[in-house]
Amino acid sequence: MQILVLTKPVPDPAAGAERLSGPDFRLDRSASPTVVNGNDEYALEAALQLVEAHGGEVAILVMAPANATETMRKALAMGAQRGVLVTDPALAGADLPATVRVLAAAAAAETFDLLLTGLDTSDGTGGAVAAGIAARLGLPLLSAAAHIEPDPAAGRVRVKRLSAKGYDLIEAPMPAVISCTQALGAPRYPSLKGIMAARQREIAVRSLADLGNPDDGPLLPDGGWATRVVAADPPPARDTGRVVKAPAADAAREIADFLADRRLI
Amino acid sequence: MAPRFVAVAEVADGALTRLSTEVATLARTLAEASGGTAVGLVVDADPAPAAAELAGFMAQVIAVSAPATANEAWAPHAAAEVGRLIDDGATHVLAGASTDGRDLAGMVVGRWTWGLLANATAVTWGGDGLVAEATVLGGKAITRSAFTGAAGVVTVRPNATTAEPAAAAGSVEPRAAAAGAGASSVAVLDRVAEAGAEASLEEARIVVVGGRGVGSPEGFAVVTELASLLGGVVGATRASVDAGWIPYARQIGQTGKVVKPSLYLGLGVSGAMQHRVGMQSAEAIVIVNRDPDAPIAEIADLFVVGDLFEVGPALVAELRSRRGS
Ligand SMILES: Cc1cc2nc3c(=O)[nH]c(=O)nc-3n(C[C@H](O)[C@H](O)[C@H](O)COP(=O)(O)OP(=O)(O)OC[C@H]3O[C@@H](n4cnc5c(N)ncnc54)[C@H](O)[C@@H]3O)c2cc1C
Ligand SMILES: Nc1ncnc2c1ncn2[C@@H]1O[C@H](COP(=O)(O)O)[C@@H](O)[C@H]1O
Repeated sequence: MQILVLTKPVPDPAAGAERLSGPDFRLDRSASPTVVNGNDEYALEAALQLVEAHGGEVAILVMAPANATETMRKALAMGAQRGVLVTDPALAGADLPATVRVLAAAAAAETFDLLLTGLDTSDGTGGAVAAGIAARLGLPLLSAAAHIEPDPAAGRVRVKRLSAKGYDLIEAPMPAVISCTQALGAPRYPSLKGIMAARQREIAVRSLADLGNPDDGPLLPDGGWATRVVAADPPPARDTGRVVKAPAADAAREIADFLADRRLI
Repeated sequence: MAPRFVAVAEVADGALTRLSTEVATLARTLAEASGGTAVGLVVDADPAPAAAELAGFMAQVIAVSAPATANEAWAPHAAAEVGRLIDDGATHVLAGASTDGRDLAGMVVGRWTWGLLANATAVTWGGDGLVAEATVLGGKAITRSAFTGAAGVVTVRPNATTAEPAAAAGSVEPRAAAAGAGASSVAVLDRVAEAGAEASLEEARIVVVGGRGVGSPEGFAVVTELASLLGGVVGATRASVDAGWIPYARQIGQTGKVVKPSLYLGLGVSGAMQHRVGMQSAEAIVIVNRDPDAPIAEIADLFVVGDLFEVGPALVAELRSRRGS
């Protein structure tokens, strides 16, 4: 099986240093250290386990600034065999439709049975990239995966899709696009051997020109991005809270009073 | 050209979801503010009951009978029907920021190259266009964003507005599903309900959360009991999900659900950044933690320093005695 995993480099949420800057409130990607998006690590882990079980190769695909190769090495150290980085100055601040078109064009240039993404990104557009790519490439979308079970002989894949009530068991022909959740299981840590091996692995760097022009028009809009941020403010400050240190019964009464004041009981 | 808003509704157990009533209310309000029109869309194997409900919120509702959605993924079919409305002049598509709503939104973006404003916590019409508010970067900033053109897709978070019925009920136009719609369909073989995953965390007014401090599956009993006494829903941190005490569907945070309840009551929760991202816009935050230096103290309105196995049962008793039972 050939599996292509989309692993977006994002500012490390744990570092807490993200900021929006400039007149158009773009994410300042130099302000904090970069990591592989948390949900994408679950996708990558699932992909690695699938090729361990069924054979094949895992490749990663990223659209990001040129220095993203550094973060991509971490994914390669986990066990991905090679990487593709689409990078181009014209992509700075790209909106969702452009991201979808570019990633879909780059994916179309690869051979894959499964294209895996994270459910959503910590800095991103809210979990719409997988569906966008599926729609553009005319592939089935299996979203919010908690378990992935391909049947390579039959050319089909089954997914447990998280639902509001539990899960749906869904199935589609491959190639297919799957968005992945934490329920797939914790990602492995790269081994020392993996880290060494990652240094030798190929990262193919592509520009927009390398991707060419799809039949239905250019990859990027000619009239600027489809959305813009008009204002960004810090969240309203919370009033300083009250701290209660008292015997349990008194503390319970304080909580109940607090709830009653706010008409919550 | 006057804008035309589509509110895409979702159906659960034959009824409209609460989030859909909020999306419908927003679409109607936007139409009024912009001098445009709004239409509600229900795509379901049996759309009539939900469509009738939706007509309580909007002047015009289209009920698409799509038998295939009984055993195929919903989003491709819904996207095809949205496409028909776009062909007829719809300019803005509003959907819930649910799993299905996001799938639909992504498909519309992929097919029509429209922009997306995701996870809106408020949507207004500001002078010459739609403005969507969203909390980004783990709660560090609240942005207001607009479309640069005359069309776009918005996904709406629960509680972005209060659902309000329209003054007069609207009309429902039944339709057959477009032929060949949703061609690359995904088969749904089974829908499985899991214990502990029923109530919607994102829509809940009160959320009671158990963190690692509850210590065991049995430890969750006090959390569950408080939730039921308060008419709330149980939530969890990743630590308690990873420990296997409660299903992933209950997780709040960066890789879980984002909640905005009137009350967040947390027991044995430290308040890691990845958890706060999912709950810090709660209106009131009450915490019981034995460590006064737990980071969640920074955002708590009431922070009780104490053992949850003492304060929790005491609160159960207090609530019981106040309601006289
Ligand atoms: C990529 C990534 C994504 C993540 N996503 C999420 C996410 O979506 N949601 C999430 O929640 N976390 C997430 N995390 C994990 C997060 O960093 C924290 O580890 C987690 O939130 C901690 O959960 P906790 O507060 O329950 O546990 P802890 O941090 O261990 O805190 C337990 C607290 O309970 C208190 N306590 C213990 N016993 C008692 C008692 N008897 N009475 C009172 N208080 C007691 C302790 O003082 C402590 O403050 C993520 C991490 C990563 C790396
Ligand atoms: N620039 C990117 N490069 C690689 N993958 C991406 C990129 N943007 C989004 N993705 C993938 O799409 C998923 C959903 O992203 P989003 O819709 O932005 O929340 C992510 O988890 C990634 O797997």
